Amino acid sequence: MNPLGEKYLRKDFLPFLFCPGCGNGMITQAFLQAVDDLGIFDDLALTAGIGCSAWIAVYMHADVLKVLHGRAIPAAIGLKATNPSRKVVTFTGDGDGLAIGGLHLLHAARRNIDMTVILVNNQIYAMTGGQVAPSTQAGSRTQTTPYGSVEKPLDGCRVATAAGATLVSRWSTAHPKQLTRAFKKALNHRGFSFVEVLSQCPVQTGRYILGSGSPSFNLQWLRDHCVPVEDPARMGEVEAQGKVPLGDFLEIQNPEFMEEVQRMNREAKEARGKGGDR
Amino acid sequence: MKKGRIKVMQGNEACVEAALLAGCRFFAGYPITPASEILEGMARRLPLVDGFCLQAEDEIAALVSVVGASWGGAKAMTATSGPGFCLMMEAVGLAASVEAPCVIVNVQRGGPASGQSTSTAQGDLYQARYGSNGDYSLITLCPSTAQEMFDHTIRAFNLAERFRIPVIILSDEVVAHIREKVFIPEPDGLEIAERKKPAVPMEKFVPFQAGEDDVPPMPAFNTGYKIPVISQAKSLNGNRGNAREAEAFIRRICRKVDARIAEFADVRTYGDEKAQTAFVSFGSVSRAARSAVDMGRERGLPLRSVEVKTIWPFPDDLLEKKLEGAKRIVVAEMNLGMLRNEVQRVLRDPEIEIELFSKIGGLYPLPQEFLRFLEEKR
Repeated sequence: MNPLGEKYLRKDFLPFLFCPGCGNGMITQAFLQAVDDLGIFDDLALTAGIGCSAWIAVYMHADVLKVLHGRAIPAAIGLKATNPSRKVVTFTGDGDGLAIGGLHLLHAARRNIDMTVILVNNQIYAMTGGQVAPSTQAGSRTQTTPYGSVEKPLDGCRVATAAGATLVSRWSTAHPKQLTRAFKKALNHRGFSFVEVLSQCPVQTGRYILGSGSPSFNLQWLRDHCVPVEDPARMGEVEAQGKVPLGDFLEIQNPEFMEEVQRMNREAKEARGKGGDR
Repeated sequence: MKKGRIKVMQGNEACVEAALLAGCRFFAGYPITPASEILEGMARRLPLVDGFCLQAEDEIAALVSVVGASWGGAKAMTATSGPGFCLMMEAVGLAASVEAPCVIVNVQRGGPASGQSTSTAQGDLYQARYGSNGDYSLITLCPSTAQEMFDHTIRAFNLAERFRIPVIILSDEVVAHIREKVFIPEPDGLEIAERKKPAVPMEKFVPFQAGEDDVPPMPAFNTGYKIPVISQAKSLNGNRGNAREAEAFIRRICRKVDARIAEFADVRTYGDEKAQTAFVSFGSVSRAARSAVDMGRERGLPLRSVEVKTIWPFPDDLLEKKLEGAKRIVVAEMNLGMLRNEVQRVLRDPEIEIELFSKIGGLYPLPQEFLRFLEEKR
């Protein structure tokens, strides 16, 4: 077994339920590499919702709370608020995080709570059998868009940025080194960090949208269609070519939510000591 | 006499006071009438005790974050009213499935949908028990006074910790906003329960294996147990269960509560315990029923008011006992007969007459209406 797997996976839960060729194994490896390099495994508190990506968390031999569809972020807030020293990481998918759980993403980003959201984007609802997702490219034929999707996709990175996230990156499973580096930066970041991972789903996206169920075809598709950009201002140019811009789009420092809460608590208690509270 | 102090307060304020004394240190809620005073009170009080109060983006986030906080090791609560309670339903099942102790207050108002936001009602009785999908069990308490709101809130936390379940306090607008005397005991005069922690190290710990009490020990996150907690039907080690394991899990999370109902069931009688005519009620309606009993006594009419305090799981045996000898039973409630259905299910004697005195639309039933009901229907 891979030494990272040997060290960090819950062996009594194996084998993975992922389909052959799924990107989730690569994401697991990149994440564990980042965690191992930082030496923070024991501090992890993982949350996840529903969908293929949610199971990434469960196989890690850490404290894991896998809740309902779309609700991984509120669960993470409960864990962070009860012990801010936890490294809280949420694994979510494009349906889980951008559709049913989209509101929670907005508000966690707005609060700039210190946590990392890893959004695995396979451009489809895979576990339920290949229905259109908010991330699916317009025109795609899926089980629920048999005549082609007429909806425009939603860009999770732009949403997170607009809502107030303070670190935003997008990489793909075809860029494992950059992905591991982005995970490390996100885990070290003080505030709300959002990492989107474009990932291959040969079984649903590959077969029904891209035209092949071959894992290597799907990984090659990511290589061909993802373009790293140094400057986020160039995202539009890449998109105009029908491609997906990758990169570390944002890294800024803003007041962190739990630190602000602790400051508020301290000040409220002091004011009360002086007879300031009602 | 216990040591303590007496304060005039609203039911909603009594709830805040009691939650803090019970050890609640995490609260999440979304503003809604007539429950908002609980969120407001928590927002003001929790920072002073190093707690945390979150105004969530919706009631789904509120209850899910409470579940997260519970696994984080804290005692946690949320409060809402009907429309918010609807949103919480998915997470009620979640709390039951991941066995996260927590307290959910539903201050009932008129329904369905937006209903009547400032009026009282009791239409969420079934929702409290059956609102989420699948089989699960939980305990629901029904206070009728500000004092009971205080006492039931302490009890709700204790029962949640004892059984590792969500406990629902089914209050209503009358209990929420009435101002009356509440006795607040000194903290050392209160019995406070804490969840059972594992007695073995991680290597020997089986996450969802319970002893004879059917309640597995619960470690907090990041205390070395590295526990997998999933919302699926589980095997003992926490993974997705096969059919046999799923069945065992579902049966256990129901049995741990239902088989121990004698431990916590509470039904009280006010008035003449042998009276042939009995009112049965829960929540704020019990107040009017008590007054009706007093008025009946003045007129030489023997009456008893039987008041259900723990309404779920329904206290079949205790209610039957409390209604022994009653020939005419009037179930009084602010819905179209939910409690009546339960009473009918329990009392199958065809000789006993079970009538429904229903008041809906937001007007609270008056004591004289109880007596008029007895006269007019006769």
